Amino acid sequence: MTSFASIDAFTTTPATVSRTNNLFGRLRGVNPGLVLAWLVIALVIAWAIAPQLFTSFNPVQGVPSEKLKAPTLIHILGTDALGRDLFARLVYGAAHSLTGAFVAVVVGLVAGTALGVIAGSTGGLVEEAAMRLVDVLLSIPGLLLMLSIIILLGFGTVNAAIAVGITSVASFARLSRSEVVRVRRSDYVEAAFGSGGTFLSVLWRHVLPNSLTSVLALAALQFGSAILAISTLGFLGYGAPPPTPEWGLLIAEGRNYISTAWWLTTAPGIVVVVVVLAANRISQSVGKGR
Amino acid sequence: MTTPLLSVENLSVAYKEGDHHTRVTHEVSFDIAPGEVVALVGESGSGKTTTAQAVIGLLPENGRIEQGAIRLNGEDISKWSSKRLDAIRGSQISLIPQDPTSSLNPVKTIGAQVGEILRIHGDRDGKVIAARVAELLARVGLSDPELRARQYPHELSGGMKQRVLIAIAIALKPQLIIADEPTSALDVTVQRRILDLIDELRRENNTAVLLVTHDLGVAADRADRIVVLQGGHIQETGEAKALLIAPQSPYAQRLLADAPSLSTTAFREPRPGGGDAIVVDGLVHEYGLGRKKSFRAVDGLSFSVKRGTTHAIVGESGSGKTTTVRDVVGFGRPTSGQIRIDGTDIASLKGDALRQFRRKIQLVYQNPFSSLDPRQTVFSIVEEPLVNFSGLDAGARAKKVNDLLERVGLPEALRKRRPRALSGGQRQRVAIARALVLDPEVVVLDEAVSALDVTVQAQILKLLDDLQRELGLTYLFVSHDLAVVRQISDTVSVLQDGRQVETGTVEEVFLRPQSAYTRELIDAIPGKRSLALA
Repeated sequence: MTSFASIDAFTTTPATVSRTNNLFGRLRGVNPGLVLAWLVIALVIAWAIAPQLFTSFNPVQGVPSEKLKAPTLIHILGTDALGRDLFARLVYGAAHSLTGAFVAVVVGLVAGTALGVIAGSTGGLVEEAAMRLVDVLLSIPGLLLMLSIIILLGFGTVNAAIAVGITSVASFARLSRSEVVRVRRSDYVEAAFGSGGTFLSVLWRHVLPNSLTSVLALAALQFGSAILAISTLGFLGYGAPPPTPEWGLLIAEGRNYISTAWWLTTAPGIVVVVVVLAANRISQSVGKGR
Repeated sequence: MTTPLLSVENLSVAYKEGDHHTRVTHEVSFDIAPGEVVALVGESGSGKTTTAQAVIGLLPENGRIEQGAIRLNGEDISKWSSKRLDAIRGSQISLIPQDPTSSLNPVKTIGAQVGEILRIHGDRDGKVIAARVAELLARVGLSDPELRARQYPHELSGGMKQRVLIAIAIALKPQLIIADEPTSALDVTVQRRILDLIDELRRENNTAVLLVTHDLGVAADRADRIVVLQGGHIQETGEAKALLIAPQSPYAQRLLADAPSLSTTAFREPRPGGGDAIVVDGLVHEYGLGRKKSFRAVDGLSFSVKRGTTHAIVGESGSGKTTTVRDVVGFGRPTSGQIRIDGTDIASLKGDALRQFRRKIQLVYQNPFSSLDPRQTVFSIVEEPLVNFSGLDAGARAKKVNDLLERVGLPEALRKRRPRALSGGQRQRVAIARALVLDPEVVVLDEAVSALDVTVQAQILKLLDDLQRELGLTYLFVSHDLAVVRQISDTVSVLQDGRQVETGTVEEVFLRPQSAYTRELIDAIPGKRSLALA
């Protein structure tokens, strides 16, 4: 979770810089929506790391006699058609959905930023070729592209994540290229060449650090949409195979019982929506923080 | 004595930052009589712009008047609401803003923008407005006013835009015009014409002018009375003449001594020059415009600079100064002609040879705010060239960097700071230290002191002079400010539209200018009046 650590560092700096010392002033300065967003993300990360702390039920092995129970104190979100506790499945599913989203963002971030930085810093033919490739990627509808990649790579959580990542390469590449082009024209980059920097050292020391802030904001945003995209693939049956408790798959499985057991689709749906909204809120604050 | 038109009494303005209120002006008081020109002079941060903004009720949102009164014709307007002030803004008090390029709406025609003030203040008839607009544009000296009224801001030069802003300011014949650094973004000759225009309009309508400026030379030429501000306190107020001849406060004395345009110091003593450090021979630089056309930015420039001396390149914007500099340091490729630094022809160098060559010649940029990486500390900015070139270990590098930072006068406490926590003068010192850390032979200074206050400018010029003497450096000094050039250079080239109209020693060029253009430039240096007094 290194990307989280770095995002965290970005958003907390303004708060620590604040000069107000009394507790009241500090509390007033904190944005409750942002705190809530961080709490949501922290909670689902905790679910992913240590699910057994949150539920004692087995997410895969059901109790047939307990099937399709409405929410009670024991099964707080009810049970599904095989008698499995829905809350337990949500908690254990966090690991699949989050790692999926994380892999997707890393793939997009690394490949996209590399492409964008190379295009932005070399210019000329290389830039033209790279950016036309990006144009092609952008012109294919996202879902169609993901499905085609999965069909090429084969089914599975990781392959679905890679597919989602590849569709976000284009937007990362566009953004990082424009940032690099902006930074590259600045006096201090020219000054760095003037004081004897080689192409790579200037790129590493000056261009990258000064152009990555908004790319990180996009990464946080993409994290939200990646969860959504992976759930979509899971729902369509292109992601993790059953009985994996992946969130999109949970919604798809619950669909058959929507008239008798509404909680089976509603609960995972709400979880996905809340996590995506939280990621968007955090991304917004990263974007503003620069 | 008649009642003053504007009377500012004990004005204190504070800005809110977080939970703090920081006072930026402290009990500032002055009067302006009808038809009088009062100059508000001070360095950046002295509160001169804040005072001017308070008068017209345009303080930024976090600013407020803590005490004091602003009386216009005897009535206190300091507590008026913005809506109530609207009635007098433009009609009784108007403003000529600082930066002509960002003060006009880019998507509206000039005519619409000048007409707007007439419309706001009651005129409804389109034809009347159009006729009045044309009249105003003609009055401020724009040729072909009907055509100008249909043009957009980007089709006009900086000086023309400033004329348009003046037309807006005088449209309703206000009693007071506030001119906030009206010419600091313009070339000297344009500056003089604009100030002449303001003067002329003032005499015609008996308008009072509050002239905000950092340039004591401008104030000396134009003002009846001068108010000197420092750190929000008035240091001295007085008749311009008396203040220039015998300033009372130490700050005004220092300001007067530092203003290059007012100094009567002799020319530099000739430096013992060695061989030629820089030789530029027949430099031509063309920029391609589309497929067939091209624009010749520099046309046949030749000069040579002896080792250990300073050569200045002077000209207005668009004269090819910056293109020349970029070619000399090897960032640009000349179309034809030769540039030899210490005998090496730069155009022949490529790749690593060019990189190695950069040790010999270093550039200091005009804007110290954009030439330093905002994410690096002062120490690492200055260390970087050493990391690139020398085989020194970390300890030896640190010693060298610290020595040099001390040499350029940066206290130890600043070394861990990032550029945004430094003042403009401190940043420029960092940039100079970075240029010197490799022990170069030639340092190119591209308008290196233009963005700084006079006092800081004087300090930096002194520093450059000391360093040249101690290290035997050769400077190529690019500037639009002839007064500064006179102070620091041995020889000079005057450029106009890419052509060299004159070259020679500073003394020759200043005392016996051969070309009409050079004469015009020298005449445009502000501060003539005070020199005549001295």
